[in-house]
Amino acid sequence: MAKVVLDFEKPIYELEQKIDEMKKLSESIELGDEILKLEKKINELRMSVFNNLSRWQKVQLARHPERPYALDYISLMCEDFIELHGDRHFGDDKAIVGGFAKLGDHSVMLISQQKGRDTKTNIYRNFGMPQPEGYRKALRLMQLAVKFNKPIITLIDTPGAYPGIEAEERGQAEAIAKNIFEMSGFPVPIIVVIIGEGASGGAFGIGVGDRVLMLENTWYSVIAPESCSSILWRSWDYKEQAAEALKLTAPDLLQQKIIDRIIPEPLGGAHRDYKKMGMILKEVLLEEIKNLKKIKPEKLLESRLKKYGNMGEWDTL
Amino acid sequence: MAWFKRSKENISIESQKRDTPEGLWKKCPACGEILHIQTLKENLSVCSKCNYHFRIGSEEYFSFLLDDKSFKEYDAKMISKDFLNFVDTKKYKDRIREAIKSTGLKDAIRYGTATINKIPVSIACMDFEFIGGSIGSVVGEKIARAADLALNKKIPLIIISSSGGARMMEAAYSLMQLAKTSSRLNRLAKAKVPYISILTDPTTGGASASFSMLGDIHIAEPGALIGFAGPRVIKQTIKKELPEGFQKAETVLEKGFIDLVVHRKEIRQTLTRLLNFIK
Repeated sequence: MAKVVLDFEKPIYELEQKIDEMKKLSESIELGDEILKLEKKINELRMSVFNNLSRWQKVQLARHPERPYALDYISLMCEDFIELHGDRHFGDDKAIVGGFAKLGDHSVMLISQQKGRDTKTNIYRNFGMPQPEGYRKALRLMQLAVKFNKPIITLIDTPGAYPGIEAEERGQAEAIAKNIFEMSGFPVPIIVVIIGEGASGGAFGIGVGDRVLMLENTWYSVIAPESCSSILWRSWDYKEQAAEALKLTAPDLLQQKIIDRIIPEPLGGAHRDYKKMGMILKEVLLEEIKNLKKIKPEKLLESRLKKYGNMGEWDTL
Repeated sequence: MAWFKRSKENISIESQKRDTPEGLWKKCPACGEILHIQTLKENLSVCSKCNYHFRIGSEEYFSFLLDDKSFKEYDAKMISKDFLNFVDTKKYKDRIREAIKSTGLKDAIRYGTATINKIPVSIACMDFEFIGGSIGSVVGEKIARAADLALNKKIPLIIISSSGGARMMEAAYSLMQLAKTSSRLNRLAKAKVPYISILTDPTTGGASASFSMLGDIHIAEPGALIGFAGPRVIKQTIKKELPEGFQKAETVLEKGFIDLVVHRKEIRQTLTRLLNFIK
């Protein structure tokens, strides 16, 4: 796959290339000082670019085609994983993967949307856009987790639930509604992590949890900025403004108390260092599981109900 | 033999353009019949010729579904707040103010207690007229409270949906209302309190992806648009024409997601019969 470099990543990549070239040269000439200088410069550049990203730039990073996806995280973090298939009613949706996973000492049920890397795998995964049977597979697996008293971990990365004729006919709305309804009542810990795109109901269909975490460069909202632009501005050209208005980044949502925690990414984004990203996420998940396991099921359900009950603001005349 | 078919309709009294004085007559969008407003109202805003169900609001639904003067509204003074300072082509703050002014409503939903043929119920009804029946904090909170009211009083819950989905101007908070409402309906279901969902035109997006599709029984009005994604979005995605009757109540029943399609005139009677079975 051709390397994808976003506009604001370009100056960094250019400097990196320069350093690589100099390193090759330095085998014959002494360039140690120059390289050190450039490395210092590149770090400053990385800091200044990545500490000042606009909301739209974060959306672009969240969609970066080189970002780690669910199956990458599973192989980076899990000692063992058995993928389970099918909703037992209609079929097996490849846009959602799930199964039993070993995470450190814990057995968990891990469920996620899965995108493809290229045209072929994207068609296979339907670009990470689940159909109703995907949500119903997720529900079945979560019910298994409840039956065997295992924590549920969901990783969210979807541009939305698939808007197609068959998806509608098989009850896309009902499938998502049912999952949200059931997830609010499962007496096991649920941890939700937004690892890329968290687009609306398609994301929320596996997104109700006790702890909701977001990787640093991801987005989560009720609508994608482009669609928001097309509806409210009646044009596709206001995606940057829409992203600003929606306040859809991890720091925004932490401030709005919709998420509980931001997980830092390696400098430059998750796609620049898979191994490190996997380690960071695993460590966070182990800590969260440990904490949630201490809480009694009744208490867990009570606080989940209360947490979502508290979301929203209004005035009284 | 199209080559000598008359290209224009015969001139007759029927086909002549009739002026429709403002406020007195309404044209049926389905069959083109010109309807007298007063007669239309008496017919519960259903076209007398083709049975097209016009969109109506909470005031009308309450008037023909509930026993006279039985409705007691709760939290009538809750209004939406622009807590994210959301600006698109307009400020959300102004949109709220304008909607309140033009509709005379406070938000896209009203709820309270009432009786239907003497059966006490907790009832919530959405108003599409108010920013497209969109779901913001007020709608989410009122549905949750209507469910709690049903739970505390152990009376059936009825929700009449009419919504295009989430209220974008409340961004992620709007999405969270799906969990707020569904989690309270979950608690209600565990207490075995009945919940009947009535889906009217349209019930899509965040409404159908949460409370509207979580009833013990789903009743839809004839011809109502019911789905997750709107038809325009689906058409854009698949780049094909949509099949006849797609996402219409009658089709959604055939696909298995609606129990009954009921004419507006018969909803009260149907509710009464259902509630009598359940109680």
